[in-house]
Amino acid sequence: MTRESAGRDRWSRRAFLLGAGLTVASAVAEGGPALGADADPVLAGRPLVRYPEKTDLILLTARPPQLETPLRYFDRAITPNEAFFVRYHVFPIPTSVDIDQWRLEIKGHLERPLSLSMDDLRKFPRVSLTAVNQCSGNSRGRFSPRVLGGQWGDGAMGNAVWTGTCLVDILKAAGVREGAVDVAFDGLDRPAFPSVPDFVKALDVPRIMNDPDIIVAYEMNGARLPMLNGFPARLVVPGWYATYWVKNLSEITVLTERFEKFWMKPGYRIPDTPCGCVAPGTAPRSTIPIHRMTVRSFVASPPTGSRAAVGRPLILRGIAFDGGYGIREVSISDDGGETWRRATLGPDLGKYSFREWTATWTPRRAGTARLMVRAVNAVGESQGAEPLWNPAGYLRNVIEHVDLQVG
Amino acid sequence: MIRALGLTLVLLGAPVAVRAADVSITLPPDHPARTLLPGPGVETAQRNCVSCHSVDYVLMQPRGDLKQWDAVVTKMIKVFGAPISDEDARTITDYLARQYGK
Repeated sequence: MTRESAGRDRWSRRAFLLGAGLTVASAVAEGGPALGADADPVLAGRPLVRYPEKTDLILLTARPPQLETPLRYFDRAITPNEAFFVRYHVFPIPTSVDIDQWRLEIKGHLERPLSLSMDDLRKFPRVSLTAVNQCSGNSRGRFSPRVLGGQWGDGAMGNAVWTGTCLVDILKAAGVREGAVDVAFDGLDRPAFPSVPDFVKALDVPRIMNDPDIIVAYEMNGARLPMLNGFPARLVVPGWYATYWVKNLSEITVLTERFEKFWMKPGYRIPDTPCGCVAPGTAPRSTIPIHRMTVRSFVASPPTGSRAAVGRPLILRGIAFDGGYGIREVSISDDGGETWRRATLGPDLGKYSFREWTATWTPRRAGTARLMVRAVNAVGESQGAEPLWNPAGYLRNVIEHVDLQVG
Repeated sequence: MIRALGLTLVLLGAPVAVRAADVSITLPPDHPARTLLPGPGVETAQRNCVSCHSVDYVLMQPRGDLKQWDAVVTKMIKVFGAPISDEDARTITDYLARQYGK
């Protein structure tokens, strides 16, 4: 709350008035409730809906629920719980959990299998970290040629402070035995038919044991998790795509062989090439499980289609993130990428977090102005001018832009 | 155990008792504005598809030819285990290729 107020204060009065004017203009232009949808063909026709514990989000699918966060929320580092995107794979999903009865079962190739209550889980050392949770298929609706799958715009992402127990601490308490290979994670969601593959994900044992930042989170931004974001606990795998962040977590199973059921193989695979991409429209020769996120950056404000005036400076705001190295710089261009100017980075909330950025830009002539944004991470990875392509619609990280109408 | 019981109650539509330690939500129904286009076979498509998912899953996909939709329906049966008869599968594929074709 304090953070939000501070953010507003940074706006000049003129910028605030400009923003207010934009809201009116876009509402008139759309004649409907889907904010900004007219400016974005991928979101056209998608209604705003309000699900339990959620604010108005963009409907992708009702059952199982998939809800997208409007882009305007990405003008700040922390995504509010009520605005955080929702993505389930199978139905029915859990809608009721009795926390006194809930247990997290730690089983399989262990010295001491555990059945942890929420109180047990909270007895482990408490850790917090800020991390981006992004769907593997975020922005899939923008692929060309188009690909089958959830046709997300850019709102299948969010950033939160996750608090919970280190997965390593839990596994050490249970004593992983020699010969363990993979660890599988299962949640309370169960398909309607037994023939439908249950949503279960796996990480390999060395990956887990070398990463103290993987946590079983029971709090999100200081509150309990919303049911649709994984109450009472979810896995947090910072830097990696959300497919591994199993929600409504109930079972952790240590295995002596590679876990390759549907959602690991053939689901959620990327081409086994350095870019995770192939020539558009072609099939990869071999694939590997999707893992670390690519570098991305967005302009959240002002939104595409906004009006601006020649000679009047305006403030651009947005976020940038990557797969866990941290953002080193964000730049903007108003000349199609010929020249780039550094944006000002906001507070560093850790290498897994959204990094806020702001830049002041003054329109110089009337017409449509395209403002591009590009980020570079701490190891020099950046974003391409041309989008990469793969058949599943993953890893999108092309340089993004907004188009403003300068009058 | 509790999980199985909870889901069974939800599936049967029975009210789930809310106690102090319960967190419960009620999901809204499928969106009323999201419906399949009318046309031959729409009832068959509707009946089979919605037993597992809302029709938004169909509506949002790129348009495609018979080959695309045959692959989609086959995937639903072979990969996701949808209990769809061969006859219904053909009807659904034809319907999708006609109404959501290129």
